[in-house]
Amino acid sequence: MEKKPLLEVKNLKTHFHTERGQITAVDGITFHLNEGEIVGVVGESGCGKSVMSQSIMRLYDEKYTAKYEGEILFQGENLLNLSKAMMQKIRGNDISMIFQDPLSSLNPVYTIGDQIRESLMIHQNLNKREAQQKAIEMLGLTGIPAPEKRINEYPHQLSGGMQQRVMIAIALSCQPKLLIADEPTTALDVTIQAQILDLIAELNAQLGMGVIFITHDLGVVAEICTRVMVMYLGQIVEETDTDCLFSEPLHPYTRGLIKSIPQLEGERLQKLYTIDGTVPSLQKVPHGCRFASRCPYADELCKEQAPELEAYSATQKVRCWHYKEILKKEAVHESSNE
Amino acid sequence: MAAVKEVDRVRTIKASLKKQERQLFFRRFFANKLMVMGCFIFIVLGLIALIGPMLVSYDPYEMKVAERLNAPSGEHWLGTDEFGRDLLTRIVYGAQVSMGIGLIVTLISSILGLVIGLYASYYAALDHILMRICDGLMAIPGILLAIALMAALGPSPLNVIIALSIVFTPNIARIVRSSALVIREQTFIEAMHAQGASATRIIWQHIAPNTISPLIVQATFVFAEAIISEAALSFLGAGIAAPDPSWGNILQAGKLVIFKAWWMVVFPGLAIVLSVLGLNLLGDGLRDFIDPHSSGKKSK
Repeated sequence: MEKKPLLEVKNLKTHFHTERGQITAVDGITFHLNEGEIVGVVGESGCGKSVMSQSIMRLYDEKYTAKYEGEILFQGENLLNLSKAMMQKIRGNDISMIFQDPLSSLNPVYTIGDQIRESLMIHQNLNKREAQQKAIEMLGLTGIPAPEKRINEYPHQLSGGMQQRVMIAIALSCQPKLLIADEPTTALDVTIQAQILDLIAELNAQLGMGVIFITHDLGVVAEICTRVMVMYLGQIVEETDTDCLFSEPLHPYTRGLIKSIPQLEGERLQKLYTIDGTVPSLQKVPHGCRFASRCPYADELCKEQAPELEAYSATQKVRCWHYKEILKKEAVHESSNE
Repeated sequence: MAAVKEVDRVRTIKASLKKQERQLFFRRFFANKLMVMGCFIFIVLGLIALIGPMLVSYDPYEMKVAERLNAPSGEHWLGTDEFGRDLLTRIVYGAQVSMGIGLIVTLISSILGLVIGLYASYYAALDHILMRICDGLMAIPGILLAIALMAALGPSPLNVIIALSIVFTPNIARIVRSSALVIREQTFIEAMHAQGASATRIIWQHIAPNTISPLIVQATFVFAEAIISEAALSFLGAGIAAPDPSWGNILQAGKLVIFKAWWMVVFPGLAIVLSVLGLNLLGDGLRDFIDPHSSGKKSK
């Protein structure tokens, strides 16, 4: 039995107008998200993860800076066709977002109670007292002790973890169907990170919302995501379920990412693996495969022609010419090692 | 039982923290001696303007030819003017006019400047139009612009207010716009967009409160400048017309008799200097007081 898709993104492209011409930060992304599912999006800095997530909410100014193409079907409705006012109703109410840096995501001049109440009062027409009740309830839900006291504090009086909980409370206050979490744990230390991840997973199970979880931390992905998309330079290079991501990574880029996780076991003085080079500029996107310049397996074909995203198994898709050969080679390599 | 005690303990700690915070606030406030002085001068002059007229015993308009140009004495503390009117009385009434106009001009240009600055910072198209108009107004020296406007409008207190408000609004609009431009790029504004807040809500609820402190600082300077400008206009005969007293036109009358009656220039001049000095000291102090980055340096 197929689950109903909550969000379907079809060939989404986001172009930015810059002084040096138009650049395409998100270039033809297609994916879907089922209700109650947590999908991870991983990739290096500058590969378009955040642009993609903000495009889904249409947060870029369409008059001067950005242009969207493709389709974003949210519960069957194309968000790109909606008017500004309709979009405003959806933001915060049906789709919410958590940002990377919790302190700068909160307005310093208002108490956290004011800020949680605000979106309740915008979207749910609650009066101040009802909103206050609900706000305290939400704060409690995110695991802040003594929420009825904390609610009158200002953002700077809270620790980073607390601030991120407040952000989550704000984002979830209207019970959205989709939550976009844009690196919500990057600015936090590891123990707090684990708590926040648990919280998101727990609330996901409790409230049944879909979550798009953007991160560059594969450990985080392993922890809470069911499926993962690996992005590189504005495109999805691999889509897979979490188990296969680690057991059978297909794309050389994914392999590189996994290899660059520091290992606790094994030889001590081993140098940490890195992927050579950096993400190329979006101004001169390579002609062929976008990863070719950094790929150890690249050949002439890769430089000439861009591969398409093709299905490998029911749950795995990959954008690479040579993934089958690489898979074989690595398998031999590994068995000879043992 | 233990829990109750714990709650009490937390409560007393919180109360003492609040008290400490308040003490810290006052200590920081009083650490800046110049600001306290400015504040004091300003408050005294404000009180004089408010309740002074009730305290003086002469009529500011009643002429006594026999007593013209009397030097300061026990009867007329600051002497009399060329029509035999008590100078102290006229300066006190003049304070009401000069500071009243200063205050109203400050309020009007602050409110207009806030609106213009906020909308200019938010809408790029509006920004070009509004800021070019502001540039145009700011390109003309303020006093010249005020004189030109007064010549066009004709002298009356209301017109002085209109003219000076036009002169000072661009100042405030610039300040508000520049700090609003910084605020609107912050993540919490983006977060508010993501929460589905409307543009109006974002501008007034979230950007405006963050621009208030630079606005207040600038407003104190505008207040001071407005007092000088009003005095200058009245001195040049383009502001408050005699016989209504204003510091500027008392000074102008004094100019004609400067060698016979020094008090006619010294005292109204002193009133202007004191009020402007007080406001400038207050503004300078407030700037340091409000800006958290400078507090460390100033507390030495």
